[in-house]
Amino acid sequence: MPKKLNIFDHVLVPKHILLSKEEAKKVLRELHVNPWDLPWMRASDPAARALGAKPGDLIKIIRKSPTAGEAVIYRYVVPG
Amino acid sequence: MSKAKAKLDFVTLDLVRKRLGELRDLLPASLIRELEDKLVNSGIKLTEEELDLILRRVLEEYEDSLVEPGEAVGTVAAQSLGEPSTQMTLRTFHYAGVREFDITLGLPRLIEIVDARRTPSTPIMVIYLDERHRHDREKALEVAQRIEYTTIENVIKSIELDLATFTIVLELDPEILENKGLTVDHITRALQRLKGEVSVDGYTVYFTPANVTDLIKLRKIRDRVLGLKLKGIKGIRRVVVRKEGDEYTLVAEGSNLSAVLNVDGVDPTRTTTNDIHEIAEVLGIEAARNAIINEMVRVLEEQGLDVDIRHIMLVADIMTMTGKVRQIGRHGVSGEKESVLAKAAFEVTVKHLVDAAVRGAKDELKGVAENVIVGSNLAPIGSGMVQLLVRMGAPLGERKNEVVEGDVKSDSK
Repeated sequence: MPKKLNIFDHVLVPKHILLSKEEAKKVLRELHVNPWDLPWMRASDPAARALGAKPGDLIKIIRKSPTAGEAVIYRYVVPG
Repeated sequence: MSKAKAKLDFVTLDLVRKRLGELRDLLPASLIRELEDKLVNSGIKLTEEELDLILRRVLEEYEDSLVEPGEAVGTVAAQSLGEPSTQMTLRTFHYAGVREFDITLGLPRLIEIVDARRTPSTPIMVIYLDERHRHDREKALEVAQRIEYTTIENVIKSIELDLATFTIVLELDPEILENKGLTVDHITRALQRLKGEVSVDGYTVYFTPANVTDLIKLRKIRDRVLGLKLKGIKGIRRVVVRKEGDEYTLVAEGSNLSAVLNVDGVDPTRTTTNDIHEIAEVLGIEAARNAIINEMVRVLEEQGLDVDIRHIMLVADIMTMTGKVRQIGRHGVSGEKESVLAKAAFEVTVKHLVDAAVRGAKDELKGVAENVIVGSNLAPIGSGMVQLLVRMGAPLGERKNEVVEGDVKSDSK
């Protein structure tokens, strides 16, 4: 009965959302940054693979933060 | 805003919720939740004026407590972590939490985390069990047996070589066999993977390898026999059942996250390891960030040191910036700085300076360390970060909007 492991169920893994091109553009405009100035995520990262993210995509991450309750950050998917 | 009347108008809860909704983008979720708890659920009656005052004060207070732009947060974090770590007792208390195991803690463990070592010196897994197995010790033991890596060497009393017939004689230990949930059958089946004849007499197993006529070869085969895997997961040396609250959990010496998560009976949503690289590989970079934070907090707490978690979060953020776990050190964060002087200020000064000289490198003097070294009176931190650009020749009428924000992006890594 080996069920397929879903990494997003794990307590250590926060919520990941793959942004569409338009959403990504909007976020970048709001933050006034170039995508490569954001933290990166490798395309080979288990979370990126699970979402089917390609290099150049933006992933929105909603972290559970002990200080802010919830914190939203973005990662730029890079090759590797 | 309603004026104070003789009869007080209390605001409805809907209005409170609406006002809080408007603040959702301005305040962190935890503050909103707390306000909601205090204003909505406590049943306090407020006028609209009072509500506005409260919310305005909260917002002000929150904005006051934010870090100023240009604040040297990295330096503050370094100090805040560095000072308490000098207080750490070198006499670390092992066995923290788990009596049976020796876990590296204290300063050595902290260094291990920020150096992002490939494997921790004491890999430990905390394995949680699923609903069917977590309430019963026997069931928990069952899972433990499935996980613990067991070879023939672990279950025998003795091993002998019969030189007359070139046979290996294994004397099994029935007690250990039962403990590990194994039978003699398991042993013979494992032995059949090697070429040769197997025969059993009670708890004695005879194995005659094929085509062996000299002692050296037989000895080699003996070592292969001892290392034969009977059951379990590679890398897990020992598993102990522990009671935690009202459920049974397993603690394992050794680590193999991807394999353990797939074992029947394991709860794959809570099981963790202290091997941060393994977490990054199996669960991703964000999970690794959380693991770094958890591990560091655990070490500091265990030593009774109180470091604000924000500093630790910053360290974890920087370590995972590039999508991989990088160490804070000359092979990681510090070594990848752009500035030659900043790199030289950290470690192996001469090497960096010689390399830079050979290459003819330039230093843009954008970071903090470089500016301190050259004695600049405006290091790009705090108010020194702001730059003004004025086009001197332009006619007055065209001069609006010419104050350009400082180069905020040149954060001093």
